[in-house]
Formats: sequence, C-alpha cells, structure tokens
Amino acid sequence: MSTTTAPAPVYHDTVVRQFAVMTVVWGIVGMLVGVIIAAQLMFPALNFDIPYLTFSRLRPLHTNAVIFAFGGSALFATSYWVVQRTSQVGLFLPKLASFTFWGWQVVIVSAAITLPLGITQSKEYAELEWPIDLLIAAVWVAYAVVFFGTIAVRKASHIYVANWFYGAFIIAVAVLHIVNSAAIPVSLTKSYSAYSGAVDAMVQWWYGHNAVGFFLTAGFLGMMYYFVPKQAGRPIYSYRLSVVHFWALISIYMWAGPHHLHYTALPDWVQSLGMVFSLILLAPSWGGMINGIMTLSGAWHKLRDDPILKFMIVSLSFYGMSTFEGPMMSIKTVNALSHYTDWTIGHVHSGALGWVAMISIGSIYVLIPRLWNKPQMYSIPAINLHFWLSTIGTVLYITAMWIAGVMQGLMWRAVEDDGTLTYSFIESLKATYPYYGVRLFGGVVFLSGMLVMAWNVWKTIATPTPQSVANTAEASA
Amino acid sequence: MSAFWSWFVIAITVMSMIGALWLLFSNAKGKMTTEDTGHVWDGDLREYNNPLPRWWLNLFVLTVVFAVVYLAVYPGLGNFGGQFGWTSDKQLQERLEKVEAKREAIFAQFGDQGPAELSKNPAALSLGKDVFLNNCAGCHGADAKGAIGFPNLTDNDWLYGGSPETIVASITNGRTGIMPPLGATMDKDTLEALVKTVAHWGDPSLDPAVREKGMAQFNTTCMACHGPDGKGNPMLGAPNLTDNVWLYGGTTDRIRQTLVNGRQGKMPAHQPLLSKDEIKVVAAYVYSLSH
Repeated sequence: MSTTTAPAPVYHDTVVRQFAVMTVVWGIVGMLVGVIIAAQLMFPALNFDIPYLTFSRLRPLHTNAVIFAFGGSALFATSYWVVQRTSQVGLFLPKLASFTFWGWQVVIVSAAITLPLGITQSKEYAELEWPIDLLIAAVWVAYAVVFFGTIAVRKASHIYVANWFYGAFIIAVAVLHIVNSAAIPVSLTKSYSAYSGAVDAMVQWWYGHNAVGFFLTAGFLGMMYYFVPKQAGRPIYSYRLSVVHFWALISIYMWAGPHHLHYTALPDWVQSLGMVFSLILLAPSWGGMINGIMTLSGAWHKLRDDPILKFMIVSLSFYGMSTFEGPMMSIKTVNALSHYTDWTIGHVHSGALGWVAMISIGSIYVLIPRLWNKPQMYSIPAINLHFWLSTIGTVLYITAMWIAGVMQGLMWRAVEDDGTLTYSFIESLKATYPYYGVRLFGGVVFLSGMLVMAWNVWKTIATPTPQSVANTAEASA
Repeated sequence: MSAFWSWFVIAITVMSMIGALWLLFSNAKGKMTTEDTGHVWDGDLREYNNPLPRWWLNLFVLTVVFAVVYLAVYPGLGNFGGQFGWTSDKQLQERLEKVEAKREAIFAQFGDQGPAELSKNPAALSLGKDVFLNNCAGCHGADAKGAIGFPNLTDNDWLYGGSPETIVASITNGRTGIMPPLGATMDKDTLEALVKTVAHWGDPSLDPAVREKGMAQFNTTCMACHGPDGKGNPMLGAPNLTDNVWLYGGTTDRIRQTLVNGRQGKMPAHQPLLSKDEIKVVAAYVYSLSH
C-alpha cells in the first residue's frame, strides 16, 4: 500500500506517546498497590489502623489501577498507533483524541482519590461513583468517534484484523459500562444501582465477565494481531481462523457471566447456560493463541536474541493456559471447589500478569523507540532481565495461588460425620500463610521488572538521537 | 417464567449454537490455500490463509455437542427442566437429609442428658467443640477467650449468668446488650471524674474528691443498670464494673469511649441455625471451659 508515489500520511503520535509513558507509570503504581495489599494479607497490621489504607479500600484501587489505568493506557496507546498505520491516515479529530488522554487521566486520579475515601458503588471492577462513571462514558464515546472515524477515512482498502478486535472492545465496553453503571444518584458521592437482587448480581457479572472478555481479551488480541507479526516479520498464520474466532469469541463471551454465580440465588437454568457457553468459549479463545503462536512459527530463531518476542510468545502461552483454565473452572462441580478460594485469584493473575501485562510490555517496547525516533530500546539486556523477572514473578504468583486455592477448597468442604466442618475458617487461613508469602514475593519480583522497564524507557527517551547508540542486538525492522 | 420468555431463551440458545457451527463449517469448506491474501498493511503486515486446524475444529464441535447433551439432561432451556429433573434445591435437600440421618444417630447416644451432665462426657465435648469452632469461634475466638466486644467464655465471669440453662438460653435466643451513649448528659469534668471512678473502682489511692464527684454522677446515670455497688445486673446483661474483666477494654480511654458513645452488643439467636441437640452439646462445651 505504501508506495513511493503516495504522499506520506501525517500521523498524530503525541497522544500515543502520552499513553505509552502513562502505561509504564500506572503499571508501577497499580502493581505497587497490589504488592501492598498482598503484604497486608500476611501482615494485617500494615494498614496502620488508617481507614484509607485498609485492604477493603486499596483492593479496588489495585484492580482499577492495573486494569483501567495500566491496561487502558496500553490499549489507547497501541490502538491509536495501530489504527493510523493500518489505515494509512492520521487520527480522525486529533483534538478529541487528546481529550481522551486527559479525560482518562482525570478518571484515574479521581479513582485514586475516591476509592481510599471509601466512596464506592460496591460493584466489582465498576466501583467508581456516578460522576466519574459519566466522565468515563464521555471519554469512551470520544474514543469510539476517534477510532471509528479514523477507520472511516482510511486509505487502505481492507480493515486490518487488529482493528476488528479493537473495535469490538470499544463498542462492547461502552455498552457494558453504561448498562451496568445505571444508578440513581442521591448525592454527589452516593448512588443506588438501578437493579436489585439476583438481577443486579446477573447484570454485574454480565458486565464483569465481559470486561474480562472485551477489555482484557479482545482489546489485547488487537494488540497481539499487530505487534506479533510486526516484531516477528512474518505474515499472520490464517486469515480464515481470525474471522471464525473473532465472531465466535465476541458472540459467545456475552453468555458466560452466570458462571460467576454458580450455586447462588441465580436460577438453575441461567447457571447451566453460563456453564455450557463458557465451555464453548474454549475453542474461540484458543483461535487467537493458535494464530499468534503459528505466526511466530518459522521465526523461532529470533527468540534467541529478541527478548521482545519472548514476551509475546510467553504471553500467548499464558493466554492459552488461562483460557483453558477458565472454562474448566466454570464447570459446576469444579466451581464448587474453586469458588471463593485463592484459585480464582491465581486464575485472574495468570491472565492479568501472564497475558495482559506481558503482551502490553512487549508492545510498548516495540513502540517506545519508534515514537521517539530511536533505533531501538536503550538496553536490550535490560529487556531480557525484565522478561525473566516477569516470567518468574508470574509463575511464583500463580502456582502459590493454585496450591493455596485447592487446599482451601478441600479444607472448607471437609465434613465430620456429625455434619460439622472439619476445619474452622481460621485454620484454612493459617494453612494459606506460606503461600501468601510466595505470592507476595512473586509480586515483588514482577514489580521490580516494571522498575527496570521504567529506567530503560527513560534512558531510551532521554538519550540523544544520534545513531551511535552502541548495542549488540539487531536494529529493529 | 412465562411461555414467551421460555421460548425466547430456547430460541436464542439454539440459534447461538447453530450460528457458531455454521460459522465454523462455512469457513472450514472451500479452497484451502497457504498463499497470503494479497492484502498488505503498514508496509509489511500480510496474512496467510491457512486452513482451520483440524483438532481445533473438532474441539469446537465437541464443546457444542457437550452443551447439547448437558442441556438435554439438566435445566437450561427455559422452562424445560432437563431429563433428570435435577435442581440445586433438590441436591441440597438430599445431602442435608444424609447428614441429618447420621447426625440423629450420633445425638441419640446422649439421650435426655442436660448440658451439665454432658459437660463431663468426652464424646459430647468433642462434638460440642466442633459445633463451637464452626459457629462461635468467628467472634469468641478458637480458644473461646473472646476479643474486644466479644466475651471471654473461659473465665467463669458471665454477663447474663453462667448456669447451663442460661447458657442454652443465650445461644438459643441471643442477647442484645445496650450501653446508651451518655456523652451529652454530663460536663467534661464530671465525665473525667466518672471515668476515673469506674477505672479505679476499688483503688484506695484515687482522690476521694474525684470519687465523690464520680459517684454522684454514677448514682444518677449508671446505677439503674449497673447497681448501687457497680456489680452489674445479669438480668440486663449489665457488666460488673468492680472486677477486672472488661468487655470493651478497661483503660481510661476505652471507658471514656464507652461512656460517651455507648456500646451495642449483639449475640445472634442460633435457634434457626442449630438444632436443640447441637445447642445442648455446644452449651456443654462452653460450660466445661470454666468448670
């Protein structure tokens, strides 16, 4: 498409640079809060009896910061980059794109202030109160206008597969957010959900699971579909596969929410439907993994000296693993054991650290030198170090939570002949203690990798441009 | 659910599954090629068009087949309850009945013995301890020594009386202890004198002037519940203030807090949660801790 005769399109990369840098910043903040609350689970005194620092208030701060601040910034940065390159035009309404950056930052800062103050709607991953919800909706509509506007004015004839996924993510998140956050305000800082009882629970987990499906899966698959072939220098494995798994993924994810409410007041038939569609979701989810890994196939030798590709292949492996684990956990008999235990926490983090964070980190490492016109990142060995810290941190974290979760599930269900429980809750907590220690350590290791990244990004941006930057690795394509 | 919604659920469920399979097979057929599609983006992004991996296709079909079978035997398709007539309610009921049958056999061995007798029976005590750990330890602690706001059950000091019958009554019907907030009823000096008087009840080193002022206030606002000599009233659950047992802490700060803001103590009624037999053995266990 980009022939010598066509005038070079003017891309708007200021907003991409802003979001790319904030990805690193919010990653560190969000993961630091995660490490703090992991430490609090071991040493409860670490809340220092200050209400703003209690686990109950910092936990939503952690989830909001890593999902929406870190993950969200990564998605904004990469989608704005990708949609421009694959459409061969600059952003539609760049000023509106700039509004999405500043608006999103205001949302994040508001979250960081209100959540520790205890201002919350008490809906998981949708805690923020209605004034912030309104701002999110405004930013999101602006995001949709910029993204789809850019696609509408594109110079390339076909819409690239990464954009299908980004597009589905943007539309679905708008719908999910607006429906689930519907509430009746009673004051500036307090509102009541528009739904009640089992309906409220169902709407919440329809939202909650699709936040996983569209925010944390479809969005990051968009990232994968651009940065993996780009970095590997190989074509996408199968266009046909991407078509099938795209439509299957986005239509079937919508059904999976009820598996969060097995054995609750939710009617049995809804639980069954949630379970069977979660199982049907396995193949569509794996379609993305197959396409990613098979794209890398043929470029395996590059893994030896390109730590960015290592990030990508490992992220795809964790993606495949957690999208297998998810459908298994949605089976009612498995869920009866795993529900409410730390297994769930392990599952979430194999997706969040292994897939979401690692594909984002890899993509940001591709983006940073291009955004600041440098031949490559300042230090390739530092990327390699980061890769190992991330991988080891993730493995420690999730294995600790698996063991802890299965153990808790078994202890909680053990029953004496007289019908009493064999173990009191406190006994299961005591048995979990060592695993909380391993989890904390894994989290610290992962966070330390992010600090290495921050240093590397800083050095890359701050080092003067001349091509004399000495390094051993290949120049990027 | 009404017939309309039932059919609606069935229709969208079946259509979703058929739709998924149609998507799958319409793309599995046709010319397979390993050539790329001819589209290029951003200079170097191309696509091959490899066929869908066989094993992946089979996996997809397998999950749909499982879903069809599952929905034939378990509830899912609207009002159609499934071939087995399974419901989570029935499953719970069946399991409870099994436990119930075993439990009845176990409790039969204790016959009509009361908590006092059972407190000497090791089998009853072990059973009572299990019930305690499951139901009481959350507040009173696994060692039954309590916490701030939750009475110690091992010290033979009782708010509502410690006879086996009273313990059974406390567990069965629960207790509500209310210390009203008195901060607004007295000035600061009086409050401080009262706090000191209560904190140093039998302590001769307390300034007699302070005690006199404190007792004057005590006699107007506190005596009705805690009694003229401060020894409390088990009928009301009003604590004895003269011993060294403090439900909400005995430091002057804690006592001031209690006086100014009041306290709300709540022992929940366990009658609907525990059977009479269970209450009997757990009362025996609690009684045994101090006897």
